[in-house]
Amino acid sequence: MQGATAAAGAAANTSQGLDVAKLRADFPILLRTINGHPLVYFDSAASSQKPTHVIQTLTDYYERHHANVHRGMHTLAAEATDMYEAVRRKAARFIGGVDPSTVIFTRNATEAINLVAYSWGEQNISAGDEILISVMEHHANIVPWVRLCEKTGATLKTIPLDENYGLDLSDIDTLINKNTKLVALTRMSNALGTINNLAPIFKKAHAVGAVTLVDAAQSAPHMPTDVQELDCDFLALSGHKALGPTGAGILYGKAELLDNMPPFLGGGEMIELVTFEKVTYNHVPHKFEAGTPAIADVVGFGAALDYLMELGMENIREHEKEITAYALDKLSQFEWLKIYGPADVDKRGAAVSFTVEGAHPHDIAQYLDSYGFAVRAGHHCAQPLMKALGVTATTRASFYIYNTLSEVDSMCEALAEARDFFKV
Amino acid sequence: MTLPLDALYRDIILDHYRSPRGRGAMDSPDTTCRGSNPSCGDELILALKIRDDKIQQAQITTTGCAISIASSSMLAEIIEGKTLDEAIELGETIRGMMRNEGEPDELELGDLDALKGVRNFPVRVKCALLAWVALFGAIKDYREGNTRGAVSITTE
Repeated sequence: MQGATAAAGAAANTSQGLDVAKLRADFPILLRTINGHPLVYFDSAASSQKPTHVIQTLTDYYERHHANVHRGMHTLAAEATDMYEAVRRKAARFIGGVDPSTVIFTRNATEAINLVAYSWGEQNISAGDEILISVMEHHANIVPWVRLCEKTGATLKTIPLDENYGLDLSDIDTLINKNTKLVALTRMSNALGTINNLAPIFKKAHAVGAVTLVDAAQSAPHMPTDVQELDCDFLALSGHKALGPTGAGILYGKAELLDNMPPFLGGGEMIELVTFEKVTYNHVPHKFEAGTPAIADVVGFGAALDYLMELGMENIREHEKEITAYALDKLSQFEWLKIYGPADVDKRGAAVSFTVEGAHPHDIAQYLDSYGFAVRAGHHCAQPLMKALGVTATTRASFYIYNTLSEVDSMCEALAEARDFFKV
Repeated sequence: MTLPLDALYRDIILDHYRSPRGRGAMDSPDTTCRGSNPSCGDELILALKIRDDKIQQAQITTTGCAISIASSSMLAEIIEGKTLDEAIELGETIRGMMRNEGEPDELELGDLDALKGVRNFPVRVKCALLAWVALFGAIKDYREGNTRGAVSITTE
């Protein structure tokens, strides 16, 4: 097994745009050893690690600037409000340059999607309507719609998989019809890595008057995001998968939709005037941010966005294409290993799911952990997808800016050992 | 260096994993229970033949991990011939042991003693308990006269 130095050395020539060896030094956790081996963190699709810049921003915020936002007259309250609102403008730039008032802070993408399901959904969906998602959705983009359908009598439809782990659009003109009110799709599958070309589907959706939502939890940390180009009405993402702290994510929504939606939660911050008889609500985005938000986490998320935009999302995408192509090539040489996801790196991201013949994904993950590799094993919160693939679970290695080709090499060595260990 | 894996995948566990006992579906069982582990998606079906309050045979169908397969194999081997009360008592002992609530005697446990190592890997405790949870469900269903159709139970 390799050491951190070897990994850093090999990193120097892995990428055109990213100096991986240099940026690895920004991530203190990469100095950890796990079971006596250097940590190889291949679980960024679940949650990324955090650079010093983000960690320091959190500390600095609490040590020097903390107060509640929007309501105080004093200096700290103004500073905290400025810092919090500056991130809204930054996030608006990050998703392609939108009006900052159309960016709502949520805990994560899950909460963002739930906000749409409860607020927009309960106002706009009724019996006989159809909601269209796909088989490859994360539970976060399934469960809120199943619940909404249960409550309203609407029907949930799904786009199936094609043979290349993409969306099978052969029946799309039937699936999108006059009853379709919402099309909610992931831009990048967390379990397959598949990148979906959403704009043509959304064009059909808009043609029948349906609203469109992008689950960008997987895509946003790894490739450029532009809501105009995506042609979407809503977009949800999580900060913690994009170098930010846990507890801060965003929902983007088109202004005319947000303006007409009822509040999600009620409380402080989201009101204009309160009496015991009637409440009038604040304007967007504050209408959707009841109670004290995760101020420090949002500020830390801003630091993460600075870091990502400094590296350049195109450069990040190029680095990940290179490491993913390398991993797919190495892994496909094992005849006892099956990869679930597109082979073409132009059509996929850096989450690589696989199974090892004769060994359960948990056992593979456990074996890799004993050598310091953090990978995911399980259904990846995508049980309908696992069913469609005919498996109960896969092992998933997911790469990010700090991962190197030599880390992939050493995982492949460990996988070969694991195969021998569990072989029946 | 000593791999921490050795404590988890003891030889006895790997032996049961490679040649599991009581594998496969059963013709006309007296009771069955589907056990599932929602956090990972693994499932297992336990089927029992019962005569005069004693377990004659246990069969398991599963695609689980090594720990789950080994634990269910040990279960199939050890509960045959036990009364329903004895089987439940043993199950409770295993559950208590896995939750660090008791330290049963090695001799009494036989092969099951090897599961003690799983306690050092808390996320895997559910894998070891899956078959035992299904055992509780199957016996409960039998005692209630199999009135509830297909019985399911989870490790949560």
